[in-house]
Amino acid sequence: MSGPGQDAKFFTRGKIQEFRAELQAAETKDKKFVKRKTVLKKIVANITMGNDMSPLFTDVVQCLGTPLLEIKKMVYLFLVYYGRAKADQIHLVIPSFLQDCNDRNPLIRALAIRTMSYIPIPVVIDSLTEQLRHHLKDRDPYVRKTAAICVAKLYVADPRKAERGGFVEMLRDLMVDSNATVVANAVAALSEIGDRQDGVIFKLNLTVANKLITALGESSEWGQIYILDSLMRYVPETNADAELMGERVVQQLQHANSAVVLTTIKLLLYLMNYMESRKLIDYICKKMGPPLVTLLSSGPEVQYVALRNILLIIQRRPAVLKNDVKVFFCKYNDPIYVKLAKLEIMYRLASEDNVKEVLAELEEYASEVDIDFVRKAVRSIGRLAIKVEGTADACISSLLGLIETKVTYVVQEAIIVIKDIFRRYPGKYEGIIPTLCENLDALDEPEAKASMVWIIGQFADRIDNADELMDDLTYNFLEEPAEVQLALVTAAVKLFIYKSTSESVKTLVHKILKWTTEDIDNPDLRDRGFMYWRLLAVNPAVAGEIVLAEKPAITTDSDRMDRGALDQLLLHTGTLGSIYHKNPETFIRGAAGKALVDTPALNGHSRQVLVPLQRERPPTGPVVVAGPGPIEPGAASKPPPPLPAESGNLLDGDGEEESVHEDDETEEDSGLQKGAVAAGAADPYASLDNAFGGYIADGPQPLGSAHREDEDLLF
Amino acid sequence: MISAFFIFNQKGEVLISRLYRPDVRRSISDVFRIQVISSSDVRSPIITLGSTSFFHVRINNLYLVAVTKNNANAALVFEFCYRVISICKSYFGKVDEESVKNNFVLIYELIDEINDFGYPQNSEIDTLKTYITTESIVSSQIAAEESSKITTQATGATSWRRGDVKYKKNEAFVDVVETVNLSMSAKGTVLRADVDGHIQMRAYLSGTPECKFGLNDKLVIDKSERGAIDAVELDDCRFHQCVRLNEFDSTRTISFVPPDGEFELMTYRATTNVKLPLRVIATVNEIGTTQVSYVLVVKTNFGNKLSATNVVLRIPTPLNTTSVDCKVQNGKAKYVPEENVVVWKVPRVQGGQELSFTATAHLTSTTHRQVWARPPIDVDFQVLMFTSSGLIVRFLKVFEKSNYHSIKWVRYLTKASGSYQIRF
Repeated sequence: MSGPGQDAKFFTRGKIQEFRAELQAAETKDKKFVKRKTVLKKIVANITMGNDMSPLFTDVVQCLGTPLLEIKKMVYLFLVYYGRAKADQIHLVIPSFLQDCNDRNPLIRALAIRTMSYIPIPVVIDSLTEQLRHHLKDRDPYVRKTAAICVAKLYVADPRKAERGGFVEMLRDLMVDSNATVVANAVAALSEIGDRQDGVIFKLNLTVANKLITALGESSEWGQIYILDSLMRYVPETNADAELMGERVVQQLQHANSAVVLTTIKLLLYLMNYMESRKLIDYICKKMGPPLVTLLSSGPEVQYVALRNILLIIQRRPAVLKNDVKVFFCKYNDPIYVKLAKLEIMYRLASEDNVKEVLAELEEYASEVDIDFVRKAVRSIGRLAIKVEGTADACISSLLGLIETKVTYVVQEAIIVIKDIFRRYPGKYEGIIPTLCENLDALDEPEAKASMVWIIGQFADRIDNADELMDDLTYNFLEEPAEVQLALVTAAVKLFIYKSTSESVKTLVHKILKWTTEDIDNPDLRDRGFMYWRLLAVNPAVAGEIVLAEKPAITTDSDRMDRGALDQLLLHTGTLGSIYHKNPETFIRGAAGKALVDTPALNGHSRQVLVPLQRERPPTGPVVVAGPGPIEPGAASKPPPPLPAESGNLLDGDGEEESVHEDDETEEDSGLQKGAVAAGAADPYASLDNAFGGYIADGPQPLGSAHREDEDLLF
Repeated sequence: MISAFFIFNQKGEVLISRLYRPDVRRSISDVFRIQVISSSDVRSPIITLGSTSFFHVRINNLYLVAVTKNNANAALVFEFCYRVISICKSYFGKVDEESVKNNFVLIYELIDEINDFGYPQNSEIDTLKTYITTESIVSSQIAAEESSKITTQATGATSWRRGDVKYKKNEAFVDVVETVNLSMSAKGTVLRADVDGHIQMRAYLSGTPECKFGLNDKLVIDKSERGAIDAVELDDCRFHQCVRLNEFDSTRTISFVPPDGEFELMTYRATTNVKLPLRVIATVNEIGTTQVSYVLVVKTNFGNKLSATNVVLRIPTPLNTTSVDCKVQNGKAKYVPEENVVVWKVPRVQGGQELSFTATAHLTSTTHRQVWARPPIDVDFQVLMFTSSGLIVRFLKVFEKSNYHSIKWVRYLTKASGSYQIRF
């Protein structure tokens, strides 16, 4: 090895004419081809910087005559860049390609077909197809493994030609090749073809699946991933088949490559749907926990992937990590995306046994610097009170402590969750209402303000000065966001029902209802205003029964995702879909959906909740959306901004027949849901966002349809 | 699969740009520049716009970016980025803007070899170095037989090792390096303490040596099974791809044919009976609104024949600190205003010794008084010949058909860097 390179000097913008002149000069006197090498390096540097070097096509191609491998590789790189654009001149290089295709040296043969297949224009493809047939049967495995990927490239360029040429069948033959690397690449190519909407279907039977597992031991780490991934295409017909396969792949969990580990977990979770032996399932679950935790010692990016997946896995298989909440405690210097993901897992793993430690941690986080993180920590404290009854007292006193800090976003977040705690434990904590009332002035976010208004209205009978407070709050009624206006209308009516004798209350209600019905354009508000007005006019006693009816208890049952949907989502473990907790076909154009296949081996419960594969896919043509321009930085992970009123939100609280958890969550999710619906009408999970107890609202999201536009410009 | 791979500098200039699939164009790099590099608030290593996803990893002010258009295997994409970094390190030392620019042609050659159509291919450094070099190779002169050897190795069952390695002196070095992570509450209770262990090996062994490796571990599958008293409980271990996982699974023996030179044989994790080399007892009081007083005692927790070196404590101060008076008996303490910490460095502490630190921070009075978040005290250190987990290498046996004698060396090191944290 010679010393480190000294090529930085070539990173300067140059002119086409200069390079051409230098190349021509090098043709006559060029000892050891140093000059040509130098010019080519300059050209490659300019390509990198985004300068169009395509006019040099004929000049660069001339260099192929030199015997230096380094020069050949640079020319080939040039061809990969500009070959497509220079279809009229590409015939100049075909002879040279063909010569290399038949070189004695396997590395050169492989290089030639690899480069040719990167230039998907008919002239090149035609000459490649003739060659490729031989290379797929080359005696050198390196050439065969390269040829296997070439078939995938060929298929993208011209699917019908690849099929007619019998290349798919040749790939199938390579699946039982003697060399594991060849097998892995063949499987990768077949999987890619099988995932296409117009592709040849790729399924595995038991015999081939078993051969693939045998090849696993000799494969490179990447090869193992392709093979493990392809085993998802095998559908076990009997419990025993699934169990045997599970036992054979479980050892891969010990691999150093995190992608091997996660892909193995994906396969095991899939196979477990077809297993019967409780003992084996428990054993596998136990085996999966430690490797998942170990992923948290990887780089932060892999940690993030692992955490998002863990969040899904523990919902389906709680046994995997049930005693491990401590490893998810945040380190002070964790990147913010890791911290947010850990927080969700901590909440989910919290139980009577560990809740003390979890609460202490959350309190610690509530004093950190990052606003998102602090908010989420505060919200988690409140949700913990709802989830684990025994800790409610401690959570309330912790929230009161946080309110005392007077940090506005902390106070607001605390009030939002306290509202839910009141609902969960009626008659237990209302004593703290005066403390909350002291912070009225700090509330400037609609959600927090609406929550506070709800509290005042609901407990107006216990707040002596409720009418004064309401009077203050309605001071800017017409300028308030709709969410707050709705809350105010309802609260005013409740106040009236409690204190119908008070003159000032009468005036207040009258004033608000008049505003609502006469000065406001929002139909939701107006309708609600009319409804209350008539209700009160016709029969105030019945109105009281309706407005202050008993509310269904609030629970955290809705936290768990629907089992069938979860089964389906776990088929995408480790992939982008698992990061966003969305099925890929709902946000990636052309992505293949997956569903469990029903066979006699499928366990009863999985069958019952089976979600069949949706056939509809997002539009494949260009989507024209009059969308906003650049995306807001960070929009992907910010909690949604305080949302405009979701109608019905407060009505729920007033005892309508709506289920409570919806009330609990729509307020956080409505904006996202709207986005999700717009993103893919075919999304069967659009409503599933709710399943995460409001957490998903802060979770990472792909930026949806509104941005398709810029994408299509790029495409 | 990966559609494109880029390396950007901090200004957003493209240093490497390679498109692997026809579904993206080079201009996609502009989107990343606008969305991530120019953005002040990036909160995820993955950004998805429409169907296009950008995965990025940062190193020394560089961004390594992989672009995908499908439902990519996210772990694979990041592992690939990490691998590019480690290959570059091995080829030309550090990975920064200068070295990338200096070796861009080599990098293009490498990323063409280790990724085909977005599918990562063999990326074993030892093998790559046999045919991708910085020397000029005349293509016609490479003997076809020589190439066949290379290709067999690159696709073979032991793709990490050449068959023809020869050493005069056969040696193997084993380094057990443990990073201990601690999070301790203000009351002195251990919130979490665990050990990330790495066993690094440098093998200079001739031929195709068959190695067997033994530890005093008792891999704990079920916490209820109690191991022998001297055995260490490892929560999990992961191995280099040379280790035969099926043998480990059935008989718990670690057997392998090592790559030539340096590699990471295994990583493990331990959470039970973690020995904490340093105890820090901190008393921090806010006196009124103008002063904060610190009293720290650091106790070593290992035999007096050993010592901790490069001990660095980073003690946070409030944001409105103007000056800090420090008193230390050992080492040097200095207030670093840019980072709002006092850095206390002690070059060496023997086992059984105690260090103390007292200081007073003076604060400016602010009209808007915000509560001080009190970030934890962070401690970095190294202790040679000590393992926090108690792990010991029991044996390393080398079998080779020529039956040569080999010398083995084992070293232990426990360290903390950035994750040994004490709250106060």
